[in-house]
Amino acid sequence: MDGAVPAVKMRDITKRFGSVVANDKCWLDIYRGEILALLGENGSGKTTLMNMLSGIYFPDEGEIFIDGKPVVISSPRSAFDLGIGMIHQHFKLVDVFTAAENIILGLPGKLDIHAAKEKIMDICTKYGFVIDPDQKVYDMSVSQKQTVEIIKVLYRGAEILILDEPTAVLTPQETDRLFAVLRNMRDDGKAIVIITHKMHEVESLSDRVAVLRKGHFTGDMLTKNTNIQEMTNMMVGRPVELNIKRTETVDPKPRIQVQGLTIKDAEGTVKLDNVSFTANSGEVLGVAGISGCGQKELLEAIAGLQVVESGSICYVRDNGEKEELIGKDPLKIKSLGVALSFVPEDRLGMGLVGDMDIGNNMMLRTYRDSKGIFTNRKDPYHVAHQMVDFLEIVTPSVETPVRRLSGGNVQKVLVGREISNAPTVLLTAYATRGLDINSSYMIYDLINEQKQRGVSVIYVGEDLDVLVALCDRVLVLCGGKVSGIVDGRKTDKRELGAMMTKLGGMTNE
Amino acid sequence: MNKTPLFHLSMRNEITKQYAWMVRICSFLFAILLGAVIFICLGNNPLEAYGIILSGSLGKASGIRQTVKYAVPLLGTALALAPCFRMRYWNIGAEGQITAGAMAATFFALNCKTMPQLPLLLVMAVAAAIFGGIWAAIPALFKAKWGTNETLFTLMMNYIIIGVVKWLQGGPWEGKPGSQIIPNFVDNAILPKVGGVYCGWIVVLVLVVLMFIYMNYSKHGYEIAVIGNSVNTARYVGMNVGRIFVRTAFLSGAICGVVGYMVASGAHMTLYSDVAAGVGFTAITVAWLAQLNPFVMVIISVLMGILEKGASSLQTKLAIPASISDIIVGIFLFSMLAGEFFIRFKISFRGNKKEAAA
Repeated sequence: MDGAVPAVKMRDITKRFGSVVANDKCWLDIYRGEILALLGENGSGKTTLMNMLSGIYFPDEGEIFIDGKPVVISSPRSAFDLGIGMIHQHFKLVDVFTAAENIILGLPGKLDIHAAKEKIMDICTKYGFVIDPDQKVYDMSVSQKQTVEIIKVLYRGAEILILDEPTAVLTPQETDRLFAVLRNMRDDGKAIVIITHKMHEVESLSDRVAVLRKGHFTGDMLTKNTNIQEMTNMMVGRPVELNIKRTETVDPKPRIQVQGLTIKDAEGTVKLDNVSFTANSGEVLGVAGISGCGQKELLEAIAGLQVVESGSICYVRDNGEKEELIGKDPLKIKSLGVALSFVPEDRLGMGLVGDMDIGNNMMLRTYRDSKGIFTNRKDPYHVAHQMVDFLEIVTPSVETPVRRLSGGNVQKVLVGREISNAPTVLLTAYATRGLDINSSYMIYDLINEQKQRGVSVIYVGEDLDVLVALCDRVLVLCGGKVSGIVDGRKTDKRELGAMMTKLGGMTNE
Repeated sequence: MNKTPLFHLSMRNEITKQYAWMVRICSFLFAILLGAVIFICLGNNPLEAYGIILSGSLGKASGIRQTVKYAVPLLGTALALAPCFRMRYWNIGAEGQITAGAMAATFFALNCKTMPQLPLLLVMAVAAAIFGGIWAAIPALFKAKWGTNETLFTLMMNYIIIGVVKWLQGGPWEGKPGSQIIPNFVDNAILPKVGGVYCGWIVVLVLVVLMFIYMNYSKHGYEIAVIGNSVNTARYVGMNVGRIFVRTAFLSGAICGVVGYMVASGAHMTLYSDVAAGVGFTAITVAWLAQLNPFVMVIISVLMGILEKGASSLQTKLAIPASISDIIVGIFLFSMLAGEFFIRFKISFRGNKKEAAA
């Protein structure tokens, strides 16, 4: 590629948000016929940099060249005019419109839906998309919606495509399909940028990688000349240990006993069907399963947030006394002296209050403990300060609303608060989803620390590699039923994958 | 190429306090200018008109009294609405809750004429608070139990209670037959005056401090803020969301009820169906303009009082019709709300950077 004029050349791009510098003199070259993986930890400025290319933000300083010519990108429309299109993490589609209507939405000129459909079908055949232009968006799966977003961008003649964490919401099969399409587009001479945290995707898909660290550009290289360890070190800025430690279990004794648990949702669909298992103290019990197989309901039932059809959930005290948790709300459970911590999947929507600062979020569990009608505002801020130091949370101050923090730091605040209550049971749901490598490993370390303290950890995860490496035992759910509990030290991800689809009639060959 | 829009809006990331206040002052000045245009169109001297507004509302003791009299229920009701709005519970039934409180107080004023002043006033206050609270708690209870929409429900409750008072006015509580008027309260049922205005102004000023403490330092205030941000988070930490809805709505309605009682007993000395006189709605604007900060509400409601009293002076002195006064008040409110918009959003015009694109 040396010698070729880059499709996009970004030079000395700087963007500040108030006092925070999101990008500091960043350089980036994007070539046609190449897939570029843009790497960096949470908050390193990847999305901001790409938002400047797609006209959402305007750079404070620096220059952008398209095919060697300097350009000004002042709005998404002017980005489109330059052939730049971005597919965001959160889709921007009108639910009640069809695919075709969404694709042509906002285009100038006469509305000719038939010509548009033809053009859409042409794009589909060319790159291998499968889509029904007349399907309404509300009927679509996440992956279909993403397809519409990509076609929308191509329809407008985009030559440079930017995809922000496109695989975060896809199943492995859908990911494969997306990658095939992206390779077709690359071979067609388009320039493609993909932002991702998943290193094996970087290796299998990209031709070139560029790395950002804390808003600075640290370098780019051809993917074939590098490896995961080197890329990770560049992202983090120091050598990183890439193996998940698994400490030995600590005196495991039954802590949570679940018997015949059955849960139905509001529509009467069975979410959990006669589930029984025991979680021990001092061990990490993994829960594997295709998403939506009842993991959420299981954790929420233990935490006292879910109406249960039948069955029992017992908390076993150190002296062997049992305490039934079903029918008790979180407050009641706490008042029994059961120290239960829960890191839910929806961090800002359930675990934290996005508009409140770190200190106020610390109070969520403890605000009732002070005497009288007033809250104690001093101690939570004290805890918040300690936590920010201890967990290396990147934030302007403890008075910053948690919504403003990056994903990894939000999760550190949540996990930190839940651990600070000295739990005996720790429930976590997708604790490292969307987190970069460094933050993920910190979370694994924290989980192992809790295990060492004798906490019974229930870890609901989606990355089978992690489940196999971190958990002492793995419970596999399939369609709301337990398809087995296996020893984490003796199983592999192939076995887990097969068990995840064993029930429900989808036997793997 | 270069089909960039003339301007685009973007959310401001960080707003300095100085900047925000500068915008507020500018929008106030803009309102004055816009109002001046109206006066000029009518053939009046704007300086003279503004002079009359100021001298009419603040120039004489009687003017100041009128201004305060207007500001008191407005401030009290805005304070009552603040916790509801913080919780994102849209109580737009303050109008009805004021009327309900005034009605309950009137019941005791008419039926306990022989009671000594202090106990009677206290009984009236308590009755007003309880009935206003209940009137506000009914929609909250329905929301908690069955998820009904509180905006419509509280609005409809207004018309019910106003209808009830109309019926009382012409029926059981009517004074002279055929008059459609409830007789004036006995002296014992009338709030004493302090500084020439009924003592309600002291009550609401105390309430300002209490409400500030309640919203910012109490456990209840914390729960309200959490629910306002995320109901799911509130459930997750074990808050009984339904109960907090009802409790907060009751508190809000109780304060509105007390406001209604003070207006009926202190200002009108009787009850009539329009006792709330739109205060329940104007207070919504006051609460939002103050961004739910009780101390800022004092400034806003006094400002509203000045405008309202000043506008009536305009009518008498310059013979400017009432509708024009309403327009002037509207211009001020609109400009101040627009100012809040410009504090939160930024308009960028195209063409600042004129490098030719490819």
